[in-house]
Amino acid sequence: MERFLFLTLDGLSTGAVYAAFALALVLIWRAARLVNFAQGAMAVATAYVGYAVVAATGSYWLGLAAAVLAGLLLGALVERVLMRFVGHANPLGDVIVALGLVLLIQAVLGMVFGNEYRPAAAPFDTDGLTVGGITAISPYDLWVFAAVAVVVVLLALLFTRTPIGLRMRASAFAPEVSRLLGVDVNRMLTVGWALAAAVGALAGMLVIPTGLGLHPHAMDLVFVIAFTAAVVGGLDSPVGAVIGGLLVGLILSYVTGYLGPDTTPLAVLALLLAVLLVRPGGLFSGVRARQV
Amino acid sequence: MTQSPYATVDARPSPLRRLLPPPPGAAGPRGSTLLRHLVLAVLAGAAVVLLTNQLEPYRNLQVARVCAFLCVTAGFTILVGLNGQLSLGHGALMATGAYTVALVQRGLDGRDLRGQWSVPLSLLLAVAVTALLGLVIGLAAARLRGPYLAGVTLAVATLVPAVTTIFTGVFNGEQGLPFPVATPPAFLGAYFQPERWLAWIALLAALLTMLLMANLVRSRYGRSLRAVRDDEVAARLAGIHVARTQVLAFVVSAGCAGLGGGVYAVLTATVASGKFPLELSLFLLMAIVIGGLGSLAGAVWGALLLVALQDLPALLTEAFTLPGGLAQRLEGNLALAVFGLILIVVMLVAPGGLQDAVRKATARLGRRRPRPSR
Amino acid sequence: MTEPLLRVEGLHAGYGAVPVLRDVGLSVAARTITAVLGANGAGKTTLLRTLSGLLAPTAGRIVFDGADLRGVRVERLVHRGLAHVPEGRGVVAELTVDENLRLGGLWRRDRADARRALDEVYHLFEPLARRRQHAGHQLSGGERQMLALGRALVARPRLLLLDEPSLGLAPRVTAQIMALLQRLRDDTGLTVLLVEQNVRSALSVADQGVVMSLGRVAAATTATRLRDDEHLRHAYLGF
Repeated sequence: MERFLFLTLDGLSTGAVYAAFALALVLIWRAARLVNFAQGAMAVATAYVGYAVVAATGSYWLGLAAAVLAGLLLGALVERVLMRFVGHANPLGDVIVALGLVLLIQAVLGMVFGNEYRPAAAPFDTDGLTVGGITAISPYDLWVFAAVAVVVVLLALLFTRTPIGLRMRASAFAPEVSRLLGVDVNRMLTVGWALAAAVGALAGMLVIPTGLGLHPHAMDLVFVIAFTAAVVGGLDSPVGAVIGGLLVGLILSYVTGYLGPDTTPLAVLALLLAVLLVRPGGLFSGVRARQV
Repeated sequence: MTQSPYATVDARPSPLRRLLPPPPGAAGPRGSTLLRHLVLAVLAGAAVVLLTNQLEPYRNLQVARVCAFLCVTAGFTILVGLNGQLSLGHGALMATGAYTVALVQRGLDGRDLRGQWSVPLSLLLAVAVTALLGLVIGLAAARLRGPYLAGVTLAVATLVPAVTTIFTGVFNGEQGLPFPVATPPAFLGAYFQPERWLAWIALLAALLTMLLMANLVRSRYGRSLRAVRDDEVAARLAGIHVARTQVLAFVVSAGCAGLGGGVYAVLTATVASGKFPLELSLFLLMAIVIGGLGSLAGAVWGALLLVALQDLPALLTEAFTLPGGLAQRLEGNLALAVFGLILIVVMLVAPGGLQDAVRKATARLGRRRPRPSR
Repeated sequence: MTEPLLRVEGLHAGYGAVPVLRDVGLSVAARTITAVLGANGAGKTTLLRTLSGLLAPTAGRIVFDGADLRGVRVERLVHRGLAHVPEGRGVVAELTVDENLRLGGLWRRDRADARRALDEVYHLFEPLARRRQHAGHQLSGGERQMLALGRALVARPRLLLLDEPSLGLAPRVTAQIMALLQRLRDDTGLTVLLVEQNVRSALSVADQGVVMSLGRVAAATTATRLRDDEHLRHAYLGF
């Protein structure tokens, strides 16, 4: 029972990071109808920037801000320089270009920083607090929850309460009509990529201290898991991404906790296939609304 | 009434007609195509065999590696280029072939069953096992499209280290499985270069693969593959079983990947999970895209590229004396960065890849007329 | 004679290699309703899509309010006073009624007037006011047409391009919409270019009529003459 409680809290904490990362995938899917396979590599790149700033200034918070800012810039850059020019003649084009970007980013990171793991310090204690003899949640887990919750709330407010959020939703759902109404759909696409990459950067900063550290490939498996989370929730649904992330975090925590850490990839694949073959739209998809 | 009023061929809209199998009477030069491919394969094989007689051992191993990769890229380009299904998990399929060969070779050796037949047998089993795995993935893939298929196959690519560690009793975890080297047969003489023998094995596998794929491309199935890629609905209307065609493409390309992985294992006489990382799958994709998607000649370029990607770093560090740390960082990464960039550029401005560029260049030089586009 | 609000000269346009519009010329005077009529496939919708920049012309000129529209991006046209209500109404089904309407006025600097225009639309279309928070996909066909029209009016356009507003609507609702167009022309000086299959109801409110056939302008004259000229009616309009 004690172990179950520990695994649950641990799963929710990592699930929160997956949720943020899945949310970033959903943001781009909704805006551009593509899955950004380079998101993991982009997040790692911004995390390197973040930790370089941490090393230079000694402040985790400045590093976090730098990473998020780098995410905004990198996302906008990738959209303006690459993704905008991917033709629609080949439906695989966007995936392949994104994978080219993965290879490029990882190689450049390897050249600049080296291909070994670099330590990435957490701002809070990652050891669980012991309350009444039960090892439970760590201060770092609490920070992760808080950070992801703030991001989710901010994004929700942005999309439902601000003019730019309304513009972004409209351009995603009906680009042509939006243009006729004076919305610069291309700019909304750039903003969407920038936002998504910034959220991805935050997720990267949150997840890297819990793993082996900074490495060009540090987010490879995280990307696959977050993709699974996004698919579980339905690629169209931001709420689904958050719930999907938490759910996948929980499931993987139980699986690895009871069956060993090596089973993670197997569990991810099984989960992904199960959802896609049984309920392709995801558990929380807004399919009904889209059929009109 | 026994005949449907829609059954007459003329009633079909004309764009669909080219997707249809040719009527039995007008089978076209199918037989001669097979013969032409066979002659080409024999000529290419003879040329490479002559080449291997001139090369030093290291070069022969390079030739062998190109041939091993060619098995993979030839099948892979048919799946991605011709059938439009993206797989990011072909590295795992290569691993399946490689581990099958290792297990079979070790099993035979352990029972004192040795002989020249063991390598072909284990390669055959590698193809069979991998094709079976391809069938399983293909059945799921036939229901998935675009990013979903890419994501699932990417998840497959992450499995290799996990599976080899979980079943460490069978696969021996990260250490991997060494097995006896394939030695040249006695009749070639005691001083026959072993690397040349390995190159021949790989060459034979590559030629067989190319021959089969070339004929597949030209066959009824080849047209079905393209029809499904271009327009699933139209293909279905033309009487093509879309799901079956997609599964077949997956099985074929998986078999090829298994053969390539198996040959690769034979060359190194060992397998280990570290040789089949996630990036391998991305490298394979990069190779066929830069080579020219959907073209078997492009697959040859792709195979050359993959070996170049492996060997360029060493050349680089030999050619320039760099400070130790920098050399270590550049090793591997520089070539990869360049190829990643090329991949992006090819996809954005020259989707035909290297093969298309070469064809255009030769056409411009007037050495031969450009082939009609597919 | 005063310069027309919209003048089109020698316009050619099409989809890929397929030409649709051939040498189309027309002019629309301010404060009038012009009906564009013609059979299916005559190029009426293509004309509107070319006018609003969704489709690039291969040749010809579009002059709106004295300025050539060449090179003006679609999203800037609304700033110049041109609004296009596309065929199928273009209501964003995932957004609420209120969000759809606000979207129509987001580009405006004059926030106060945008709010005023929003209130006017709610006043004009009572059913929309009652369904503010309903999503677009929950509305009836008539309500969607009101929403699309109202959303265009929030921009306070000078020229309204309206594509098949009567499509799928009950005759009573169509008549209401036509009467509204007439009122907007008379009260606010709105100019309307109206594409319609429903020839009778279009001509009942139009000042001018343009008949298109196979991508060309076959006839352009007053609505009264189109209504009365039996020869023209038989040749192109089929009644």
